[in-house]
Amino acid sequence: MNVELTASLSPAVFVPAPSAFDLDVAFGITVAIKVAFILALFLVVPLVVGYMEHKAMGRLQHRRGPVAAGPFGTLQLVADGIKFIQKEDVIPAAADRKVFALAPGLALVPAILVFLVLPFGPGVWAVDLELGLFYALAISSVSVLGVMMGGWASANKFSLIGGLRAGAQLIAYELPLILAAIAVAVQAGTLSLVGIVEAQATFTLPGTDLNLWFVFPQILGFVIFFLASLAELSRPPFDMPIADSELVFGYMTEYTGIKFAMYLLTEYAGMVSMSALMVVLYLGGWQLLPGVGLPGCEGAGGMFDCGWLGAIGGVVITLAKILILTFIMVWARVAYPRLREDQLQRLSWLVLVPLSLINLAVIAIAKVVVF
Amino acid sequence: MSDLSTREKIHPGTAPGEDIALEIVGDGDFATTDMTLSIGPAHPATHGVFRIVLELNGERITAARPVIGYMHRGFEKLAEYRDFRQIKALVNRHDWLSGFSNELGVALVVEKMLEMEVPDRAQWIRMLIAEWNRVLNHLMFVGSFALELGAITPMFYAFRERDEIQYLLEAATGGRLHFTYNQVGGLKLDLPKGFLAESVRLSKLTQERLPDYFDLVLGNEIFQARTVGVGPLPPEVALSFGVTGPTLQAAGVPEDSRVTEPYLKYDEVDVPVHLGENGDSFDRFACLLYRIQYSLHIIDQIHDHLPAGPVNTKLPKMVKAPEGAAYQRIENPLGQLGYWLESDGGRTPWRLKMRTPSFSNVQSIPYLLEGMLVPDAISVLGSVFFVVGDIDR
Repeated sequence: MNVELTASLSPAVFVPAPSAFDLDVAFGITVAIKVAFILALFLVVPLVVGYMEHKAMGRLQHRRGPVAAGPFGTLQLVADGIKFIQKEDVIPAAADRKVFALAPGLALVPAILVFLVLPFGPGVWAVDLELGLFYALAISSVSVLGVMMGGWASANKFSLIGGLRAGAQLIAYELPLILAAIAVAVQAGTLSLVGIVEAQATFTLPGTDLNLWFVFPQILGFVIFFLASLAELSRPPFDMPIADSELVFGYMTEYTGIKFAMYLLTEYAGMVSMSALMVVLYLGGWQLLPGVGLPGCEGAGGMFDCGWLGAIGGVVITLAKILILTFIMVWARVAYPRLREDQLQRLSWLVLVPLSLINLAVIAIAKVVVF
Repeated sequence: MSDLSTREKIHPGTAPGEDIALEIVGDGDFATTDMTLSIGPAHPATHGVFRIVLELNGERITAARPVIGYMHRGFEKLAEYRDFRQIKALVNRHDWLSGFSNELGVALVVEKMLEMEVPDRAQWIRMLIAEWNRVLNHLMFVGSFALELGAITPMFYAFRERDEIQYLLEAATGGRLHFTYNQVGGLKLDLPKGFLAESVRLSKLTQERLPDYFDLVLGNEIFQARTVGVGPLPPEVALSFGVTGPTLQAAGVPEDSRVTEPYLKYDEVDVPVHLGENGDSFDRFACLLYRIQYSLHIIDQIHDHLPAGPVNTKLPKMVKAPEGAAYQRIENPLGQLGYWLESDGGRTPWRLKMRTPSFSNVQSIPYLLEGMLVPDAISVLGSVFFVVGDIDR
């Protein structure tokens, strides 16, 4: 009887959806292709987002943004990168040299690793993990360790306060972020990011055949996730760890050159990966509109088996959605002053956490009763 | 009057977890040490070389000591070696954001000693430029205060307006910061052709754009959360420290020397004064914004009144103030500016004492900061409006 019970309770065996990079060649070559894919994403998309931020901020502030480097200033960030490399690498005399040098890397590497599971289009992902969502959230919160190490090792009071604020902020906002994501996992019935996209393509409003993304039943969860991810990334109006008017530049105060650039890259890569997560969790992945699949696609509501053209179209749609979300982040930066540290904590513990619990409870009940 | 022990508990901010009562178990060998944080002299929040030493318990400030003097340039002494016409080029540098008002004060005090009649047109033009200068100054603080609270955009908006106004003033005076447009007995030159039309246009334009600041900054929820109830300055404390200008008006004291002791032709125009209720950062900022609005209101009136006539009087080759002393106070953008001029009848002042608003305003900072959180300190530092050069002179 015991055996039967276990068998009936054990979930169906998870079969990872195959990636388009799983070619019929040697294992090593497949891995190399995937690494190249992730690095290309990691190096290109944040640059595009950074350029968009420069330009959008410029326009919103009656400026023009970068114009000199490259056509329409498109190469500004490349020029910035070259400049950062040339800068002298200053390590403060009182700093803990090893930790100081290690910290930016520790912040950067998790930001790269998140890209491992993010699906950008039909078949366009490195690997489809069964615990994809869990992995993405867990690995992205490792970054703060690098931030706190940097704050501590700089031997600077401003850095220390900045690092501690970053730690406190992460603890406060991790919770609503995860609770909001859990609600999505509950509704989708899977933790695999590809599975969540598929669940959205096949999810219909009960009683009708109207296809809906998860943002519609979970608009509350989406708002919570968005705010919490802004806070995770220390983006304004939640940029207390940096707070340049109080803490000079927070945990980055003592960093120069390439190490400073690594922190910056971490922030932009974080913007991209968090936006990509939002697209996957709430905005239907590479679906153009709810219920409108890509041309040439067949499986799961027109989401898979698309061929090259469909795959490229899917990637374009995902990237466009990411750009829109990051634009909203930039917009918030332009429009708002920053919250005070205690207001920030209060917002998380007294507003976002209870709301995300309510959201989770409602979704869980609806999952059993309605969906 | 400024008895620190009697002040009520005024700070709404609490540091995370600070009201949690920890029970210490074991041998109770648990102690925290206060941290001394020196903000400045080169720090983004101090716009200039102002230094403030904070004693911190966590993020809570237990004591604050402003350290001034990094920018002491000895203006008072220098003025004793310049003749009465030259010192105006000195004084428009101590508060570099209100150059015209400063030189106006010196011109007025010298004229007072000489008992000189200044042509009407010169007086009206002085008022016009002084009010534009006030708008320029306040726009700068609108931008920088918002910037200190983390909002970057108002700075760019403010500079959009400032640029145009500076071009306007440049047309008349030749200067963008240090105008040197006054002279004893009037003005250097009359207004250039087309100045008035441009001035009218800019006044209208700025008034149209002013609601942007009210909406974007004053009406912003986060801005209000950061400023309402933060660092309230009771009127009697403000008066005891000699705080003036928008910082005093925010405390509800209707003191504005354009109204209470009018100079130039301020008695012939309507000078509204906005008063705050609580004297907190929000009120201080609101007063600043309303002062822009009311300055533009005054500018509009000046456009209607401006008489024709000469703008200066013939001066002797060497202006010598008679033996004696005079005091003139004017409403500088940041508060009361006073010049005490003492002359022994020679070609240079015997003593020129400056009473600058920034110096008095920053005296209230230790009182305001005590018991506050670091982020609130920024909100207070930004809203007790000061220019570092004006503190140190």
